[in-house]
This record gives sequence, structure tokens and C-alpha cells, in this order.
Amino acid sequence: MNMLTRLIAVASVAAFPAASLGADIGKGRILYDVYCAQCHGTGGDGKGVNASKLAVQPRNHNDRTEMSARSDSELFKAIKHGGQAVNKSVLMPNWDGNLNDDEINELVAYLRHLCCEPKK
Amino acid sequence: MMLNRNHIRNGLAVLSIVGIAPVVQAADPAQMTAAQCGGCHQLKGPASDSLQVRRDRKGPPLFYAGNKFREDWLVGWLQKPVRLRPAGDFAPAHVKASPKGEVVDPTTLGDHPVLDAGTAKEVASHLMTLRPNDALLAKEAYTPGGISPRMGAMDFVKFKGCGACHKDTPKYGGVSGPELYTAWQRLQPAFIVSYIRDPKAWEPRSLMPNQHLNDGAIHKLANFLKVIGKKPEETK
Repeated sequence: MNMLTRLIAVASVAAFPAASLGADIGKGRILYDVYCAQCHGTGGDGKGVNASKLAVQPRNHNDRTEMSARSDSELFKAIKHGGQAVNKSVLMPNWDGNLNDDEINELVAYLRHLCCEPKK
Repeated sequence: MMLNRNHIRNGLAVLSIVGIAPVVQAADPAQMTAAQCGGCHQLKGPASDSLQVRRDRKGPPLFYAGNKFREDWLVGWLQKPVRLRPAGDFAPAHVKASPKGEVVDPTTLGDHPVLDAGTAKEVASHLMTLRPNDALLAKEAYTPGGISPRMGAMDFVKFKGCGACHKDTPKYGGVSGPELYTAWQRLQPAFIVSYIRDPKAWEPRSLMPNQHLNDGAIHKLANFLKVIGKKPEETK
């Protein structure tokens, strides 16, 4: 492993810490489809069927740069407690009454898949 | 196609002849409702906790219809059904790509069957007997009140974010949830309040978030639905 590869590996672990590791991508995918796609889009591009009606546009989860700037814990907090908890829009609701922590972690893992894994 | 009780009685009789269903002497209300509604709606609880079931279902559950709807609205709507959920029961299944993002694909949306007056009355009457959640409604102490339309809309759209998924007028609001400008006509007030308080108590996989609102905030939203949901003749 050369130095560049090691640096990339370290950076990846730093950007995608514990919560997204080991969580079930398949479960995250269906959770995303059920709860998130209506605003964030079935492909995660932020252009879901409700998006054009919103004053603040939903996050594009395919945006690697933007998503890499968010830690897992920040994404977890935004899903669990809503946009206001991370100084974002009230239009992103809190899902703590609907989803348990394991499910939110599965969603975070799926967000990492959406943003940052090569599209097949 | 308009369906009536004779179609149902004949259909059930044919099924019984070929051994698919038990012999039916008469289309009793439960059987009639099952024949009419059971293909797309869950008529017996409990509600499913399955994500797949929520994603794949064709219509909302009706096993607590008697706790949810107003009977007079049901009777009328079953005879002249209009779409309440602009993007169907599960929006991501009814969208297509467009240059501006995903939009509703109307070719994937089916029309609700139309019932004749007698059948509509019998089906509605039976649905109103389905009341497994009386205890949830009994917890609510809500006396409908007023609110200025402007303040109510601001609360609904800007402060609570309900407009992200629901329309409060035919022109404005999201499309993944049922429209709410006729909610007051179709829903029991206590149901509105109880569902806002804890959607998951009604449906484990409800797509509506629980915002942990207090009584005052919940009643404020319900009052707004009352204001926007009045029939034209009630506003004169």
C-alpha cells in the first residue's frame, strides 16, 4: 500500500465513521424509499415529487462534496431530530417518532452509499 | 364501472360454485365490504410494521375506518370518488423523471371504483362499525375552535412544515400526503387530533412525522383544517 492509498483510506474512515460501518445498506435503501424519497427523490438527487413545492430545496444526497462535509453524527442528528437541530430547514422533519436508532443508522449508511460509492 | 350489490352477490356466488369462497346466501355488509374494498385496503388489524407492506399497498388501511371517517362523507365519496392522494398511496411508486425533477405519473394511478347509492350506504355503514381504536380517540379532549386563515396557513406551512407533503388548497402544497383542504369534511375531529399527536399509534409505518406537539399546537392545526375544510355553503 503506497502513501497515497493510505491517506485515502484514513480520510475515508475519518469521513465515514462508526455509524455507517456495518449497517445494512439493503434495509437503508427501503427505509429511504419509504421515508425520504418523497422529497429527496427516488435516486437521492434532491428532486423528489414534493421538492418543487418546497421553499427550501431538499439536500442532494448524490453530492459527494456536500455530503462528505457532513459527519455521520450530523446526518444522524438531522434525521432523528430534524433540520432545525442542525441549523437547517424546518421542512426536514424529525423522524425520532417513526424510526429507531438502528434504522436511522441504516439510513446514514445508505446516504454514504448514495453519495460516495461508484454508480453501477 | 359502477358496482352494485348484485354484482357482488353474483361474484361471490360464482366464487362459491368454483370452490374459492364459502357459499353466500346473501351479500351481508361484511362480505360486501370485503368484496368491494379488500383487494386494495386492509380491513382487519393489526396494522403491519413491514416496510415492504407499506411500500406495496394499494390503498390506506380501513380496519379503523369507524374511528377515522365521517359516515356522511363516506357515503357521498364512494358514489363520486375523487383523488385524495395526488401521488397515490405511495408517492415514489407513481413518479416519473422530468427536467424539473420527479413529477406524478398519472398513467400509474388507478381510479377508485364507483358504487351505487345503496351499496355505498351499506359499505359505509359497515366500515363505521370498524372501531378498534376507540381508546385512542377517548384520550382526546378537543373542542373545535377558530383561527385566522392567514395565521393558520403560516403555522401549517412555515412553522410546522405540513405543506411539504400536504395541500392546504387545491393549488398549494406537497403531493405525497393526502390533501387536507377537505379533511374536515371527511375525518372525525378526534381522529385528526389523535393522528397529529401520534401517527405511529395508528400506523406503525405512517409516513407522517411525530413532531411531539402539545395540545395547544395540535388543536391549532386542527382548527386550521376546520377553517379551510368548510363546505362552501357553510362559509356563507
